[in-house]
Amino acid sequence: MATLQTKSAARMMMAPAVIALLIWMIVPLSLTLYFSTLNYNLFNPAETPFIGLMNYKFFLSDPAFLTALRNTLALVAGVLVITVGGGILLALLLDQEFYGVTIVRLLVIAPFFVMPTVAALVWKNMMMNPVYGVIGQFLNWVGIGAIDWFSNAPLTAIIIIVAWQWLPFATLILLTALQSLSEEQKEAAEMDGAGALSIFWYITLPHMARAITVVILIQTIFLLSIFAEIYVTTSGGPGLQTTNIPYLVYSQALLQFDVGGASAGGVVAVVLANIVAFFLVRLIGKNLDA
Amino acid sequence: MGNITLDKVSKSFGATNVIQSVDLDIEDGEFVVFVGPSGCGKSTLLRLIAGLEDVTSGRIMIDGTDATGLAPAKRRLSMVFQSYALYPHMSVRQNIAFPLKMAGDDRAVIDRKVGDAARILNLTDYLDRKPRQLSGGQRQRVAIGRAIVREPEAFLFDEPLSNLDAALRVNMRLEISELHQQLKTTMIYVTHDQVEAMTMADKIVVLSAGRIEQVGSPLDLYKRPANRFVAGFIGSPKMNFVEGSEAGRYGAAVIGIRPEHLAISTTEGAWRGTVGVSEQLGSDTFLHVHVDGIDTITARTGGEVVLDHGDTVFLTPQPDKIHKFDAQGMAIR
Ligand SMILES: Nc1ncnc2c1ncn2[C@@H]1O[C@H](COP(=O)(O)OP(=O)(O)OP(=O)(O)O)[C@@H](O)[C@H]1O
Ligand SMILES: [Mg+2]
Repeated sequence: MATLQTKSAARMMMAPAVIALLIWMIVPLSLTLYFSTLNYNLFNPAETPFIGLMNYKFFLSDPAFLTALRNTLALVAGVLVITVGGGILLALLLDQEFYGVTIVRLLVIAPFFVMPTVAALVWKNMMMNPVYGVIGQFLNWVGIGAIDWFSNAPLTAIIIIVAWQWLPFATLILLTALQSLSEEQKEAAEMDGAGALSIFWYITLPHMARAITVVILIQTIFLLSIFAEIYVTTSGGPGLQTTNIPYLVYSQALLQFDVGGASAGGVVAVVLANIVAFFLVRLIGKNLDA
Repeated sequence: MGNITLDKVSKSFGATNVIQSVDLDIEDGEFVVFVGPSGCGKSTLLRLIAGLEDVTSGRIMIDGTDATGLAPAKRRLSMVFQSYALYPHMSVRQNIAFPLKMAGDDRAVIDRKVGDAARILNLTDYLDRKPRQLSGGQRQRVAIGRAIVREPEAFLFDEPLSNLDAALRVNMRLEISELHQQLKTTMIYVTHDQVEAMTMADKIVVLSAGRIEQVGSPLDLYKRPANRFVAGFIGSPKMNFVEGSEAGRYGAAVIGIRPEHLAISTTEGAWRGTVGVSEQLGSDTFLHVHVDGIDTITARTGGEVVLDHGDTVFLTPQPDKIHKFDAQGMAIR
């Protein structure tokens, strides 16, 4: 794109795509913004009077909102800690040469291909069920006693399920980062007198910093909008214990038929996601600079 | 102090024997160069000494004690890698300080030693840069700095100059030799460049296919090569080898004569031939002469020659500079 001519030509070529994308984004967003200012209830769709910011006021002052916000952040943080920590450990393991490593690598990636609803149902009915679930049976056998996950620790249960689904992603990205670490660097550190732990801390971990950042950023985007796992396991309960913002928006719109309130909630969710993204990029974004 | 002894050291990767029963004595303070063609096992031998590879059999003694099973860090050796292997996320200062930090030295000692090393290597202005902000030669010096702060028993260099351009290579060659004069520490230096070997070494070890062909001072190897391989490897351009009846006249299976030991004449001499390609370097000219009944012979002469492609010349070997080899390629003295 050196000359003026190629620049304008490039603009013309890109225009259709850009315009299509713009419409694709603008139309739903402006419709949401528009609905969020209406008293629009599906019980009475004929009358949708303009009510200004009342929907926002109701949504933000709803005690359920703060709970949902807290749950959302706890879910994101919990899953991030497990997947990044576990991903680093698994990547270190899979980077070793041992018999059958290719098959193990394949198995580790497998959860990523299981649909969220299926994964959640499998965990709910086959793993975490206190009577016949595998975990309950195991805990009974050990002598701790089965836990009724979805009544006693529902959010933890959801975090475990979602972390299980995202662990392969983290592992895969971190493994490729690990494999690009030059052997000579490790050997140089070894000759410099660094033990295995020092090599991990001073050489391996800084080398993986960029990959860890990518994992955190991408996962945060997806984890802010977790819905299916909650829907098929706890339906946001018991009480509000597993209701996050997306689930709260859903329950506004389709359980309480309040389209206006749900739209306001959707806009709030977008704003919140941007706030989180802003702080994340401030916090760890410098790792992405070359 | 820094004397290293290899006792029947062998190394095999699976079924291939890469190093075959090598015996070698390296005195304290010596500058030893391992030289040999690509794939002959120079790097492997160096890595065995460093402890980065385990020996298959044999013993390695460092400073009088058996170091065969010792971890690399315990051998008190420093290594400079061909790719430098600097830590990219650390500044130059942190790179050089890393071995001291691992040894648990305190801040004041580390600062002083890093400062000293930076001064010796002209790196003081670059201490806060990252490796990627340095030129190749500067990176090389950082790698050397990281090696010298530990005050090791010996330095190991694996082709440290091969990534540099020709002019810088000559410079760094001098700097490393200068460093050796200053520190008087044992250095083992791997290269496949025989000019580096000749100019830097106190002692050259010529390797071929995992065996030591000859050990000696540069001039020793130049004047008295033990066999045909060493004769051909040391010296540039290569020694000329003549087989057959011409060699038989000297009572040998093969005779060798270096290009610089041939007298050139346009009128008379022992071997008659026609001039092929001539390479003019300014100070020297290398003539490739197609000698009748023998082969192409390279001859060195001064800067100005008036010979053209196709001219007839006569070459005469200096009788006392002829190397004689038997059918097995061993020198006949
Ligand atoms: N890890 C390994 N596994 C199997 N074979 C190896 C291994 N490392 C080296 N070799 C073999 O050992 C031989 C010697 O290798 P080495 O790296 O010591 O050669 P070198 O003399 O340093 O060559 P160069 O001048 O090209 O660096 C080569 O034939 C190589 O293929
Ligand atoms: Mg090598």
